[in-house]
Amino acid sequence: MAESLKFHFDVDGDNFTSAGAASVEVKRKLRQLGFPAEVIRRVSIAMYEGEINMVVHARGGVADVYVEPNCITIVLADQGPGIPDIDLAMQEGYSTAPDNIRALGFGAGMGLPNMKRYTDEMKIDTVLKKGTTVTMKVYI
Amino acid sequence: MNPMKIREIATLLDAEVLCGEQMLEEEVQNACGSDMMSDVLAYVKDQGVLVTGLVNSQVIRTAMMMDMHCVVFVRNKRPSPEMVELAKENHIALLASESRMYEACGKLYQHGLGSEGC
Repeated sequence: MAESLKFHFDVDGDNFTSAGAASVEVKRKLRQLGFPAEVIRRVSIAMYEGEINMVVHARGGVADVYVEPNCITIVLADQGPGIPDIDLAMQEGYSTAPDNIRALGFGAGMGLPNMKRYTDEMKIDTVLKKGTTVTMKVYI
Repeated sequence: MNPMKIREIATLLDAEVLCGEQMLEEEVQNACGSDMMSDVLAYVKDQGVLVTGLVNSQVIRTAMMMDMHCVVFVRNKRPSPEMVELAKENHIALLASESRMYEACGKLYQHGLGSEGC
């Protein structure tokens, strides 16, 4: 693969059932491109958690994935409420997700920590009432 | 700890095979029991089985993300036809057991299926 590839997805914020569909698609494409299973798993899990976050907290958003031979970059951008305290949000177990999300198996306060765990770099740009952009990189 | 065939899991838990009959001879190396999908996503292991009482499409997607081969629904929970279809498309066997979570996990562990950090 000589050139970088870019994949763009709209993440529907009104449909919890379909949340994760973009991550599934990225996983499929990375498999086709022949990346190692471990890399694919890290990218797809981190993106999946991010996708769920966008649906739960921000009424959806957009996801862009840049695939280069030595690095995969995931950019998740939403126009949600923003994150008031990033350090707090990064703590395992801290969650502001509503109870109905916990009943669906998420909202345990593990989303952002998992995203950090599986990626080599993670950057959060957030502005209250404007939105949040999370950029994650996985090196091959 | 020993690997275990999906068929053995079905027998041990007296579970109905909802899809993936062709996968019954496949072996899984470890299991994870949880209703919280982010907890499952926090610990990656190969060829696992997910034991859960949660029933929605994110259970199947979580299993897909983790490259899991089998999901066991406890307390006789039943997935929707859409979930079964999603599992079929992605080569994931679905089992339904009347066992409760604690009992199901206990039986699998007792018979040698490890946890490996889950």
